[in-house]
Amino acid sequence: MDIDRSDKIQGYAHPEALVSTDWVEQHLGDQNLRLVESNEDILLYDTGHIETAIKLDWHTELNHPLRRDYLEPQQFAELMKTKGIDRENTVVIYGDRSNWWATYAFWVFKLFGHEDVRIMDGGRTLWISEGRELTTDKPEAKPSNYPVVERNDNEIRAFRDEVLSNLGKPLIDVRSNPEYTGERLHMADFPNEGATVGGHIPTAVNIPWSTAAAANEAFLPKQELETLYFENTNFDSTDDFIAYCRIGERSSHTWFVLKYLLGVKNVKNYDGSWTEWGNLVGVPVVKGEQPGEAA
Amino acid sequence: MSSQEVVDNFTLLPESERLNMLLEYSEALPEPPTEHAGFDFERVEECQSPVYLAVEIENQEVSLYFDAPREAPTTRGFASVLHSALDGSKIEDVLNFDENFPDKLGIAHLISPLRMRGIRGMIARIKRLTRELSD
Repeated sequence: MDIDRSDKIQGYAHPEALVSTDWVEQHLGDQNLRLVESNEDILLYDTGHIETAIKLDWHTELNHPLRRDYLEPQQFAELMKTKGIDRENTVVIYGDRSNWWATYAFWVFKLFGHEDVRIMDGGRTLWISEGRELTTDKPEAKPSNYPVVERNDNEIRAFRDEVLSNLGKPLIDVRSNPEYTGERLHMADFPNEGATVGGHIPTAVNIPWSTAAAANEAFLPKQELETLYFENTNFDSTDDFIAYCRIGERSSHTWFVLKYLLGVKNVKNYDGSWTEWGNLVGVPVVKGEQPGEAA
Repeated sequence: MSSQEVVDNFTLLPESERLNMLLEYSEALPEPPTEHAGFDFERVEECQSPVYLAVEIENQEVSLYFDAPREAPTTRGFASVLHSALDGSKIEDVLNFDENFPDKLGIAHLISPLRMRGIRGMIARIKRLTRELSD
């Protein structure tokens, strides 16, 4: 399908990966378009969604049923069939909370190499705040014939050993500041975040994911993103980046920003994130505001 | 409504309808009364969406107040389920409330264990606030 020609979207490095709410409204009903809503809140879709959009839940549908991992190729193909998505379709994903979970679903589609996946800028919130329509009608999935394709973890997914050997290279901790400093595991009476120790991976800088989104939940313009990720950090777009958070969900938002909006060639999401690193035996951890040194 | 009745409302339904039941609960959550605007609401950090909880005790009876946005129906649904099960209960019934209540609703695998942390966090906080107020 055609790409969004609006000025804002053309300003990004890969305008083919993002569409505006206008574009979506204009293309509703297109035979090749598959709209997918993916939210943090599993009930939100059922309260109303964009016409023809199908629901995709990260927690219950994209995860491996047993291991801490994503679907196997066969399972992903089955999921796509039940959702009525073909390999050639243009998949446009949107969701609540600044597209946090939408970018996560996008990342999983890219693990399986689905070529034409796009995010709707501003997500569900912007669509609603612009007064556009929602429906509670559930579309009937058209039969599809999605092929079984290998999952490629090499290019956009980081594992712990790679993180450990990359200390000192651009590493972005996208959690909130109290999580980064380690303060959060010390609150009395409250259950912790599923990690044994608090703090961050040495040398990681803290850029909370949501700073890349404006108040209307759309992505910031390119120039402001460059300030945030390059000028403020002295990182360069030619560097190799890794982003992480707690389970890899918020960091997929930052991964999307770096790769598709800013054009960083090599950027990976470390989905093990703090719930893995904060439980690993023997790895270095830094507490407090400073990134710390690579040991 | 007793907590057993709440459990029955879910488990007597086929699985495919249980999330709809949670949505109905979310729509039925009473708004916090305005005279309680100055109330000491505590944020439930275990929920990824903002939800605030307040506990009041009068004549040994526990009243619960929740404040959660409509954009977070799952969180509102959990709050409403607990409101139905516990509002108006005796102090000791709240303190002894079954910690496994969330599992008994038969929805954990439908919405993922991670999302169940929110309702557990609410129960832990309801108990702690009740204990603090009744000491």
